[in-house]
Amino acid sequence: MSVAHGRTIGEIRSLVASGQVSAAEICGARLRRAREVEPRVKAFRTLLEDDALRQAEAVDRDRKEGRPLGPLAGVPIAVKDVLCTRGIPTTCGSRILKNFVPSYDATCVERLRRAGAVIVGKTNMDEFAMGSSTENSAYEKTCNPWALDRVPGGSSGGSAAAVAAGEVPAALGSDTGGSIRQPAAFCGVAGMKPTYGRVSRYGLVAFASSLDQVGPFGVTVEDVARVLQVIAGHDPCDSTSAPQPVPDYLKALGKDAAGLRIGVPAEYFREGLAPEVETAVQSSLTIAERLGARLEPISLPHTEYAIPTYYIIATAEASSNLARYDGVRYGHRAAGASQMETLYVRTRTEGFGPEVKRRIMLGTYVLSSGYYDAYYLKGQKVRTLIRRDFDLAFEKVDVIVTPTTPTPAFRFGDKVDDPLSMYLSDIFTVTINLAGLPGISIPCGLTRERLPVGLQVIGRPFDEETVLRLAAALEGALKFRDHRPPLDGTS
Amino acid sequence: MAIGKDEVRHIAKLAHLEFSEDELGRFTQQFNSIVEYVARLNALDTADIQPTSHVDVGSHALRDDTLRPSMSREEALANAPESEHGLFKVPRVIG
Repeated sequence: MSVAHGRTIGEIRSLVASGQVSAAEICGARLRRAREVEPRVKAFRTLLEDDALRQAEAVDRDRKEGRPLGPLAGVPIAVKDVLCTRGIPTTCGSRILKNFVPSYDATCVERLRRAGAVIVGKTNMDEFAMGSSTENSAYEKTCNPWALDRVPGGSSGGSAAAVAAGEVPAALGSDTGGSIRQPAAFCGVAGMKPTYGRVSRYGLVAFASSLDQVGPFGVTVEDVARVLQVIAGHDPCDSTSAPQPVPDYLKALGKDAAGLRIGVPAEYFREGLAPEVETAVQSSLTIAERLGARLEPISLPHTEYAIPTYYIIATAEASSNLARYDGVRYGHRAAGASQMETLYVRTRTEGFGPEVKRRIMLGTYVLSSGYYDAYYLKGQKVRTLIRRDFDLAFEKVDVIVTPTTPTPAFRFGDKVDDPLSMYLSDIFTVTINLAGLPGISIPCGLTRERLPVGLQVIGRPFDEETVLRLAAALEGALKFRDHRPPLDGTS
Repeated sequence: MAIGKDEVRHIAKLAHLEFSEDELGRFTQQFNSIVEYVARLNALDTADIQPTSHVDVGSHALRDDTLRPSMSREEALANAPESEHGLFKVPRVIG
């Protein structure tokens, strides 16, 4: 991406507002970049070339005619294909929604539009956001821009890869157990899951309603904050969105890390953690200390129970949410069924991929008569214990820092036939969905093979400010942005 | 406690899904290893613990019941695989 067109939202916004570069030129440059790298990266399901240019021209008209410009005026943004977009196909990476065209925008998409953002397309994902590699997409495999033979992470792999490859400066994803933070870590970009309830879920196709949350990807922490600022806040269309006021996140970035108490949980630095990931995170912690933060060893003793708890709760909610795909109101319908029951079974059997079926089955099982108490109720109780671990820790510390993932990006096919090992790649991220906390992943280093390593900052409920503040301070000291993926032949 | 093919077949029926014999075999195996894995929660004593179904965000789900614009019938039917007379069309349900 040429510097003349701005790399970050802040740069783009000021180029557009001052009239130095038109929104149409910025959009055109990003679309050219997308056309150049898409054959290799395959981040997008739908690229809205003409429509994006029209949106950008509308921003330029507003500026010429002196109308006020929104905080994201002229900023090209990609949206995960799990968020409803009016008149634009929304497939959720599933065959069952192949021809689904929503008649409304998700609230977060509508807010982006109102802020002047240019929606350039919909990004690839694991089917119904179930997966950690984007290999479960029914359509295509997205490649990691840092190493094309490796996965971008998932389930928001398309959004993370699109930002890493310079196709867009920012994107939206959704995170149920790590689906923003894990691909952000694998692709060397920043990605945030806000507090449960911070961002409206209206128009987000539901996977596990008590865990799902929409959040931004960006090249910088500041860009993540700028997008969060626009999408955060109460929405009458989502009864679980929080009525709390939205603070000025950019202001939080101005503060340094001095005086922050950082909790370092022993349970996140144990066996299974790749040595290079541990080294990168530990040296970032040393930097945090140099910046004036204090490190406190803490314990989150129920961490080892997080994955089993997550897979009970998430699959139970998914089996209930996905019951709506029955071939009646939208989506795929099996041909030639003469009875309702047959129509349901055939439609779902044809429409869903193997991982989605596996999770619907597990969810149906844990909710079924005779097993409800043993699994689902048990899972909900352990969820209380996991939340309590965090409550106790946050009595002593302001933020918690962990690795985002145990390893850097893995190769295609490495885990796809072994569901359990795929599930375990979310071991450091699922806990905060269960507890409803905000968390961000920022790149904190490269391995010898030049694969990005992610560092996770976790905060108290609705304290995105402190999370962003520490993340920005670390980002400034780590200077990861000097590294670029080797897509242009200059690694 | 191993789960057999018959039980997996029963769960599939509840979930409105169908599997070939081949799939069923592979699936039963994967299913067992996942269920065995989640069963490790039994190591914890949770007798006095309240379950968490949802993290409370302090929202007020109730609102005044006032008339507002909503989706038109045409839009609601726009994605229907089959519709007729402004209704979703489905195969025979009874008889």
